Amino acid sequence: MTCFANLKRSLTVLATVALLGASAPGGAADSGIPMPSFMEPQGTQCVEDTDFMRRNHMEVILDHRDKTMHEGIRTKKHSLKECINCHAADYQGDEKSREQHFCVSCHQYTAAQPDCFQCHSLKPEQPGAAR
Amino acid sequence: MNETSEHTDLNRREFLTRSAATAGVALAPGVMLYSVAQARPADEPVSSAVRWGLLIDTNKCASGCSDCVSACERENGWGSGSTDETHSDAAQKAQWIRKVEVKNTETGHAFTLPMMCQHCENPPCADVCPTGASFRRDDGIVLVDKHICIGCRYCMMACPYKARSFVHETLTDQKPYAPRGKGTVEACTLCVHRVDAGDSPACVEACTAENHNAMLFGDLNDPASPIAKTVATYATTQIRADLNLNPGVRYQGI
Repeated sequence: MTCFANLKRSLTVLATVALLGASAPGGAADSGIPMPSFMEPQGTQCVEDTDFMRRNHMEVILDHRDKTMHEGIRTKKHSLKECINCHAADYQGDEKSREQHFCVSCHQYTAAQPDCFQCHSLKPEQPGAAR
Repeated sequence: MNETSEHTDLNRREFLTRSAATAGVALAPGVMLYSVAQARPADEPVSSAVRWGLLIDTNKCASGCSDCVSACERENGWGSGSTDETHSDAAQKAQWIRKVEVKNTETGHAFTLPMMCQHCENPPCADVCPTGASFRRDDGIVLVDKHICIGCRYCMMACPYKARSFVHETLTDQKPYAPRGKGTVEACTLCVHRVDAGDSPACVEACTAENHNAMLFGDLNDPASPIAKTVATYATTQIRADLNLNPGVRYQGI
């Protein structure tokens, strides 16, 4: 190989190694952004798989809300209120535990700002007031 | 051939037992020994077979009383039922239901009535809404879909009953079953979350619980319901009936 080709190859290898090294798991230590940490959900398991929910919970909620509003369908499976009842069962509404809230902590980590909670309460339904 | 004849060979005793059981369950047409569950199943969409309505008897409505208003505030989390809206003045704060005092200047007859969204059959708010957020559900309840509402307030201008309010401030104290938010318009939902569960609106329940019995809720399309029977027996009026909106809220004594 020519001298230049050698140099090019070395630089490519070096760059690849550097990139691989930087993308190590456990981004907390490297990037300083706290990993999502939230209170334990109630119940045994979610209505869908974790992987499915990670990618698709927005579509699921988006579809269900139209059914609820316009057709009055109030099945619990994809209801946002029921998600919160399970995932944020211990949240009382105080500022301190807001960062431990399931929805809030993950959206903070991903820097996603859905406007759901401008209207929807983060608090779970109290028994007795449940509708 | 032998098998089929066994199936159809119902002996006389069995026949009598079965018909007695069926008759016992239904004493007469429409009269059942058990009561059918009121709520529509959660996975069933609403249908126009039902038309929810309110009947308010102003003869029974007392001048100083605002039990319906307080109940609505507590149930839906506005006004005194909320810690929010601290920067809004009285005219800006949300108001889903209000008591109106009316006096006929000719005769001197004074009466009072609660005024809320009239859940019209031809709602002007839904007509003017540029996004379709203001809509009439098939069962007669007029709602604001706050996911779609852009807060233009055209519906507030269009409503002859001044039923709608705009939320000017960030809210934090919403009820989980009654979302409300800044920049959207809201109004009486006829407690749709309660109605869908088979209950009646909070205002009606409070009025009945305090024994004023001025408010009645039910299905106007069901001839057996108390409300349908009452509007068929006694004269009732709609406010601004001349506008041909056909509200679902009717009043007696005005």
